[in-house]
Amino acid sequence: MTKQYALGIFEDEDVLLHAVENVRAAGVKIYDVFSPYPVHGIDDALGIERSRLPIAAFFFGLTGLSFALWMQIYMLGFDWPMIIGGKPHIGLPAFVPVAFELTVFFTCHGMALTFFTITGLYPRFKVPVMDVRATDDKFVMAIELDETGSQFSRLTQLLRDNGASEVNQKEMTNN
Amino acid sequence: MQHVSSLREPLVTGGKTLHDVTQDICYQVEAKPNLRWMAALSVALFFLGVFFYSVYRTVWYGIGEWGLNKTVNWAWDITNFVWWVGIGHAGTLISAVLLLFRQKWRSSINRAAEAMTIFAVICAAMFPVLHMGRPWLAFYVFPFQNTLGSLWANFNSPLLWDVFAISTYFTVSLVFWYIGLIPDFASIRDRAKGPIAKFSYSMLSFGWKGSAKAWSRYETVSLILAGVSTPLVLSVHTIVSMDFATSVVPGWHTTIFPPYFVAGAIFSGFAMVLTLMLITRVVFRLEDYITLEHIALMNKIMMVTGSIVGVAYITEFFIAWYSQVEFEQYAFINRATGPYWWAYASMMTCNVITPQLVWFRRVRYSIPLTFILSIIVNIGMWFERFVIIVTSLHRDYLPSSWAMFSPSIIDIGLYVGTLGLFFTLFLLFAKFFPVINMAEVKTILKYTGDNGPTYNPKAHAAHAHHPATHGAPASAPVTYNQHD
Repeated sequence: MTKQYALGIFEDEDVLLHAVENVRAAGVKIYDVFSPYPVHGIDDALGIERSRLPIAAFFFGLTGLSFALWMQIYMLGFDWPMIIGGKPHIGLPAFVPVAFELTVFFTCHGMALTFFTITGLYPRFKVPVMDVRATDDKFVMAIELDETGSQFSRLTQLLRDNGASEVNQKEMTNN
Repeated sequence: MQHVSSLREPLVTGGKTLHDVTQDICYQVEAKPNLRWMAALSVALFFLGVFFYSVYRTVWYGIGEWGLNKTVNWAWDITNFVWWVGIGHAGTLISAVLLLFRQKWRSSINRAAEAMTIFAVICAAMFPVLHMGRPWLAFYVFPFQNTLGSLWANFNSPLLWDVFAISTYFTVSLVFWYIGLIPDFASIRDRAKGPIAKFSYSMLSFGWKGSAKAWSRYETVSLILAGVSTPLVLSVHTIVSMDFATSVVPGWHTTIFPPYFVAGAIFSGFAMVLTLMLITRVVFRLEDYITLEHIALMNKIMMVTGSIVGVAYITEFFIAWYSQVEFEQYAFINRATGPYWWAYASMMTCNVITPQLVWFRRVRYSIPLTFILSIIVNIGMWFERFVIIVTSLHRDYLPSSWAMFSPSIIDIGLYVGTLGLFFTLFLLFAKFFPVINMAEVKTILKYTGDNGPTYNPKAHAAHAHHPATHGAPASAPVTYNQHD
């Protein structure tokens, strides 16, 4: 299925930020904004909710910590207790380094995998992009059009009034 | 929108626009390899050959090929291991600690520094694995249930902590580095002309498009990874130092080791970053991104950590005397005046005196002097580890077993060989990956470039040291009040 998009191309992050606010105020739904670098403040302007990733990070860390403590206590304390230098089988201070390292290990890799999964990042042969300049120096605001693309001229005017340097129409296969 | 004082030195000079950044940094990736790069790679590959030959001798004939003896049973191998791990620390410090402290100048150096971390840890890992003698059994270090019964690894041993610390450090650095690379791979992908480049960078970019939501998550993930990497980097060298500190060998058994090793690691790491960056900026013409200001800032960190190391050396001596332990005192007197006095003297000169020269502004901003200093510091830091390891071991409690250590040709081959391995990896990275984080430099460009709206060249007229490259017209005029 293909969809039509109006693409407003902007040259500057601050112009883009105000354009996003004005376009949304005009009652137009923005499909997405593509930028070469993170534009601060765009989450609020687009109404993107605060990410819950930090909560996930906490639980990944907790998993790592519990796993590490369980592993060390089970292995050295119960499964095969060894006398090492006459010390207790379960010497918690000595288990701290490995517990800490595994906390970090689980947090980091858990976060990376979550990030890749929810953002849909994985190796692929071909990447269809709205405008190749969005990873170079342009800020691209994409607005979805209906089948006929009839609102295009009205949107062109709106985007131009808000500082877009050009407005293009683009057909994308659904992805 | 960001606010930066007009008194700040610009972090990017030359009046760069966003497109210039992409152009300048992708240039190296897209251009045909030049002669200098190929010459450097051939030298690195030669030493990589030396490495493989030394590994073959070590594995085939056993570690008797090394110069170790009954008394000195840890020498160059562990020296090199600690040296390489230490070098890696600067990369994580730049990418994680400086990110948390919002030091924007890190943007132009973090990519290469993180790459350096990863390659340095690879080199470091070679030594303990080869020292096992039977490296194909290296998996025994992990808590596997082996076939002889359910005998597990000993979690009370600092050597096992090291296994966990180094593996965590390596994989975390790799993931952190790769996530940072994804947007830049996308930039290269969208410019790529040839089918192979298009395909490879499409695969590498993981389908990154730069959408607002992806960027928002990207920043959250970067912050969290920086947050966990910061204590991680401190823990790694702490644990490396515990390989020594938890033993009862005089000269090793000291509580000062963890902070002292961490400071030393960052010290040597920044020296290595400087060595690499000073070459990279000239070879790839990145003088506008890695400016004299960056070099001076790195020099300052080198000076601070170098001074901490100096204080630690003196504290060790003081504590040896203050402890009134005869063996401890002998270990330190022997270190400074015994048969290895020359190693101790090199360590003191290179690590204590050299960084103090950085107090002079002229030294801090001088490229040739910084380059020489950075090499001297790396030599000094190698000697530090050698002094700690060998001088503490070679005269133990029983004078009849006192011995000297001299490296075999294979010892030397392995050390020089890992340098070859390191530079081979670094040169390949520098050619095929963007050496500077484009997306991050673009983020800071508007407000910290010398064509930004908040930069005031007049305020800088007094600073004569800076080349007069300011004053290029703003290519993207700020019009954010226009539509209000």
